Amino acid sequence: MTRLVRELARGAVASLTELGRYALFTGRLLAETPRALLRPGLVIEQVYNTGALSLVIIMLSGLFVGMVLGLQGFDLLERFGSEESLGTAAALGLVKELGPVVTALLFAGRAGTALASELGLMRATDQLSAMEMMAVDPVRRVVMPRFVGGVVAMPLLAAIFSMIGIFGAQLVGVQMMGVDPGQFWSQMRGAVEHGDVMEGVIKSCVFGIACSAIAVYEGYHSVPTAEGVGRATTRTVVVSSVVVLLLDYMLTAVML
Amino acid sequence: MRATRAVELGTGMFVLLGFAALFFLVTQITNREIGLGDSGYRLTAGFDQIGGLKPGAPVSMSGVTVGRVESISYDFTDYRAVVVMRIDGSYDRIPEDSDASIFTAGLLGGQYVGIAPGGSETFLKDGDRIEFTQSAIVLENLISKFLFSKAGEQGTAAGTEGTN
Repeated sequence: MTRLVRELARGAVASLTELGRYALFTGRLLAETPRALLRPGLVIEQVYNTGALSLVIIMLSGLFVGMVLGLQGFDLLERFGSEESLGTAAALGLVKELGPVVTALLFAGRAGTALASELGLMRATDQLSAMEMMAVDPVRRVVMPRFVGGVVAMPLLAAIFSMIGIFGAQLVGVQMMGVDPGQFWSQMRGAVEHGDVMEGVIKSCVFGIACSAIAVYEGYHSVPTAEGVGRATTRTVVVSSVVVLLLDYMLTAVML
Repeated sequence: MRATRAVELGTGMFVLLGFAALFFLVTQITNREIGLGDSGYRLTAGFDQIGGLKPGAPVSMSGVTVGRVESISYDFTDYRAVVVMRIDGSYDRIPEDSDASIFTAGLLGGQYVGIAPGGSETFLKDGDRIEFTQSAIVLENLISKFLFSKAGEQGTAAGTEGTN
């Protein structure tokens, strides 16, 4: 019994320590951000790695998410005889929720894992220690550009996702299901406001910071073995997904 | 860094596409013209009941949107809701004896202000007040009125039966 309590207490302390490390590391990343922007070359390379290379998966997913929204939304709205609102429903759903969230989940799977395994492998092959030997701060030289690149890429990816998704919904709703195109666009314009778009942008910025920080934290602090790198990659996806969904609820509750 | 040119080109295209998408979202799927700010003129109207009218709702004449509701407040001097509307500058010939009513667009649609023109030769200008207004219809009031009138009928019917 006492052993159980002791184990539980140890587990709780370990979790709290981990949370504290996360918070401190994220704080350091944010504090270093202005300095990292002074070396745009490194950041641009990482925007390419995390953003431009994720474009294909984001655009394809956006298209299909939009198309399925068009299909489901049409079926649902038709029951109330208001299928003209399809544009509104699809645009609001994509801009406020699906765009930022699905983009963040895909980002964690596509770019987050790449960041974590790259940094983990650097750690395992002592490249990070070698930098420290040469009095080069690995956080500044290696971690920061990756973090900032991810933060820059996420809102842009989410905007692309939402735009393609709206076209996907239009493709299904207007071309296949026969919703009037004028109604589709004009009802959307009447109902969606700048605040809704801003809500999506704010969400995707927050998700960008969270996903990038988790990926570089897990990679940077991975156990320097083959197994450790694998575990860091897995943890990146798991932790990012849970944190994104949790943050999404809190942000929605605050901004609604 | 290898293949710097290709990386920079790819990044440039990605960033351009991203901002194009943002621009699309802001301009194409929303209705707020950027910089509408100070164009047009303001009219106010007092209503006994505004129902679910919200700032940003359209103001229309014969179904043509001529402006939007700017703000809604409550006036404690005559205990009514005051609706401030911003009318587009090109619609500057609204007669001063026009009346404003609050309608609902469709069964589930939002509410809007409809202006029906009067016959006066003088026109409303910035800051003027529309005197003739008709409140929003609240469904609950209609239903309760209907029910009470029904109940009243039945009550009198029962009463007459009782005397017979």
